Amino acid sequence: MTVMAEERELRDDALNGLELSTRLDRIWRTPPGLLGALMSVDHKVVGRRYIVTAFTFLLLGGILAILMRIQLAGPEKTFLSADKYNQIFTMHGSTMMFLFAVPVMEAFAVYLVPLMVGTRSIAFPRLNAFSYWMFLFGGCFLWISFALNVGPDVGWFAYVPLSSLQYTPTKRPDVWAQMITFTEVAALAVAVEIVVTVFKLRAPGMTLDRIPLFVWAMLVTSFLVMFAMPSIMVASTSLILDRLVSTRFYDSSSGGHPLLWQHLFWFFGHPEVYIIFIPGTGMVSAILATFARRPVIGYPVVILSLIATGFLSFGLWVHHMFVTGLPQLGAGLFTASSMLIAVPSGLQIFCWLATLWDGRPVYRTPLLFVVGFIVIFVLGGLSGVMVASVPIDTQVHDTYFVVAHFHYVLIGGAVFPLIGAVYYWFPKITGRMLSERLGRWNFWLAFVGFNVAFFPMHILGLIGMPRRVYTYTPEMDWAHLNLLSSAGAAIFAISFALLLVNVLMSLRAGTLAGDNPWDASTLEWATSSPPPPQNFDRIPVVKHRDPLWLDSASLPVVAGLSVERREVLLTSLAEAEPQIREASPEPSIWPLLTAIATTVFFIGSIFTPWAVLWGTPPMAVTLIGWFWPGGSKEDEQ
Amino acid sequence: MPVRMRTALVPFAALPLVACAGQQSALDPQGLQSTQILNILFIFLGVAAIVWIAAMIVLAVGMLRRNRTADQPLALHQPFERTAGRVVFILGLATLVIVLGLSIVSYAGQRTVFAKDEHALTLKIIGHQWWWEIRYEDDSPDKSFVTANEIRIPTGQPVKVELESADVIHSFWVPSLTGKMDLITGQKNELQFTAKTAGVYRGQCAEFCGLQHAHMAFAVLALSPDEFGRWRDNENRSANSPTDQLGKQGEQQFRARGCALCHTVRGTLAGGQLGPDLTHIGSRTTVAAGTLPLTPAALGAWIADPQHVKPGNLMPKMPLQSNELIAILHYLEQLK
Repeated sequence: MTVMAEERELRDDALNGLELSTRLDRIWRTPPGLLGALMSVDHKVVGRRYIVTAFTFLLLGGILAILMRIQLAGPEKTFLSADKYNQIFTMHGSTMMFLFAVPVMEAFAVYLVPLMVGTRSIAFPRLNAFSYWMFLFGGCFLWISFALNVGPDVGWFAYVPLSSLQYTPTKRPDVWAQMITFTEVAALAVAVEIVVTVFKLRAPGMTLDRIPLFVWAMLVTSFLVMFAMPSIMVASTSLILDRLVSTRFYDSSSGGHPLLWQHLFWFFGHPEVYIIFIPGTGMVSAILATFARRPVIGYPVVILSLIATGFLSFGLWVHHMFVTGLPQLGAGLFTASSMLIAVPSGLQIFCWLATLWDGRPVYRTPLLFVVGFIVIFVLGGLSGVMVASVPIDTQVHDTYFVVAHFHYVLIGGAVFPLIGAVYYWFPKITGRMLSERLGRWNFWLAFVGFNVAFFPMHILGLIGMPRRVYTYTPEMDWAHLNLLSSAGAAIFAISFALLLVNVLMSLRAGTLAGDNPWDASTLEWATSSPPPPQNFDRIPVVKHRDPLWLDSASLPVVAGLSVERREVLLTSLAEAEPQIREASPEPSIWPLLTAIATTVFFIGSIFTPWAVLWGTPPMAVTLIGWFWPGGSKEDEQ
Repeated sequence: MPVRMRTALVPFAALPLVACAGQQSALDPQGLQSTQILNILFIFLGVAAIVWIAAMIVLAVGMLRRNRTADQPLALHQPFERTAGRVVFILGLATLVIVLGLSIVSYAGQRTVFAKDEHALTLKIIGHQWWWEIRYEDDSPDKSFVTANEIRIPTGQPVKVELESADVIHSFWVPSLTGKMDLITGQKNELQFTAKTAGVYRGQCAEFCGLQHAHMAFAVLALSPDEFGRWRDNENRSANSPTDQLGKQGEQQFRARGCALCHTVRGTLAGGQLGPDLTHIGSRTTVAAGTLPLTPAALGAWIADPQHVKPGNLMPKMPLQSNELIAILHYLEQLK
């Protein structure tokens, strides 16, 4: 039976040129129509949706930031009430961390990693679609709740006992905690897909030491997600249980402890910072190599630094708890471990600087954002060394100094590279270039606006301004610096408006990009812009770390994959030797239905424990539908 | 009081750092601990500034250099690659040495800042949403008393504060005297500090504690030991009885209109435990946990409508006639 099927099957070695493209396009493309769109499992379609959704949340979170800056621009302003302000700062933090920063990095990975490793699809494409729906529904759930005045108001860190039922008897903390569950499910799913894609779907010949640095960064990030996120899921689920069915995880009067929350939260919360920052470093490495016109110096050093950062990031969560009354020696050890992370971060920066020294830099917008990244991130890293010291931290903890510090590392370390990445990969994703002229304005406004907005906050913190205050009295002399900061925020906001204008205008009328407008070296530039549904007509064979620089005219390829059904090529983990042809799933509506059933279950369960009972059968039904054997042929050797 | 500035901070000297509500600045230390912390901060700041400037110079030179002539990206110059590798390695080692050095500086500083003195004056501070309960405790009960939102301490003498919370987590922070420490539900923390100079130092809750977190301040008045002794003796006494007719009316209204259900005035029938102790409120400097200065007008505005001044706080608006309000005000002012 199998033998006969094999004989009938047409493979790509029997076809060429247009006919091959057309056939592959037909089997890989997303079905037409609305239903087709909802069924899509194409990583590029899902990745695009993910990117657009995450940037929408950036816009929303940014608007909240502007509202806060208006309120704080002067003393005793009544623009926002205390209640609104507390909801807004909670929503700003939660949106930026859970609905923008982590998802947008994973979104770029979902789009780019399969292209960069030279395969036709991401691993587990249906899980990928499910992940996107969960992210979308979780984000909408949070924002609709906020619109209904049930937005969380206990901070993005939701410390107990303030977030317990006793002190916040509304549904607001439940909304926050369950939003976490949504986004964590989504993030974990992507992490698994990325790891498997990188380990098993690489093009033949892409040995471990030929993997692009961005892909390495996303691989390390995915492992961080898998080890860090369970901690916050345990924490937030325990919080919901405490609130809903009176378990006593955090209740000190019954043997629980509020510090348990802080440990669990920060055991996730600190790696979270690196989950956001490490992809940024990957983007920097990719952009820098292309625009410095040479490979990044110290490829193995950069990779080992990423891995070391990943490990170290799990050993320093306690520096968020230096003022909770920990034993002194223990706190001192966490000072050392926190500062140690400067070593791998520093090594990466030294490698980038060396690359720039030897390169012939071409100052296009992506590289400008990378230079801005270095200026800002180094400063943020150094203020990080300061807050790692216990005595210094007792003064600056929970003040605007820390607000300044983490915006320097997060915006400097992740958002600047990200905007650079938008300029860099926009041509690949849309087929059109972004305007360079607007890009330069965008960069300079962002750079100046950011520093004017956030640098004064260092001083504000040192002269006594605590975080999370909705107002301050005129006697405090914080007004001038706050006004300056608000002015900077306005400039910074304009830079994002310019980015939006640039994207919208270039989508319609941007210069056509061609396959490889920047003369870059990695595989995503070896296919058309935007890439066809099958990514590559033939799977490339990789013989060098920079395949397109080695020989951009003719890339060696392998043949032998089916052109009658979706197939990907599995390769070995270390050497990327071809192992097996594997069927890749067809489009399906079940991931969406499963996500809807899960959403009903999740939202229901913050109102009644019975939702666990009546919410499970629909999920089971949709999962059975999802995994119903489709009669596809056994995978062949 | 003149602001003492370090030369390194001269660029910020244009900013007036002293507020009439008391100083609240880590850059203007008036305590032993805050001075030690600022010294550590300057060491770190110096190292950070040098590293940042060095990195920026390398970046700028790297950006301006045009060394490579070959346009082929893979045509690498091997000696440069080797040298670059070595330089990166050495800089990595240098980073390691710097952070280990700073860790040692930090830990040594930590031991000084958190050193404990057995003979410290001890007081207990209990955080409430959104005010501070201050308990001066002594071996003999007649020397123990309770006050709120204002701490008086003698200069030159170590003070130990024991920190607890009645509800959610708060954080005790007087930047001019020392760093902060959390008040955690179900846990006892402590913090020691010594004020070097007499003065008023403002403190503020630093851990988000709910709706009115922004209005949870307090004042620390560092007094000369003699002055402190006199104040302490006065605080120990029960409340002054009102001397005039209006004051007596006020005392009556204080009980009749429900104030006494939440507030204690020692030596009277008012014994409520929910709100701040008001036995000597007339001698304090602020009202509503540092929200307003304690003037008759401000106190009157506060009592007339606490929800306007500090929305969401637990003190309800009582429907008072203006003559009742005046009487209560007059009574409270006499509680010196």
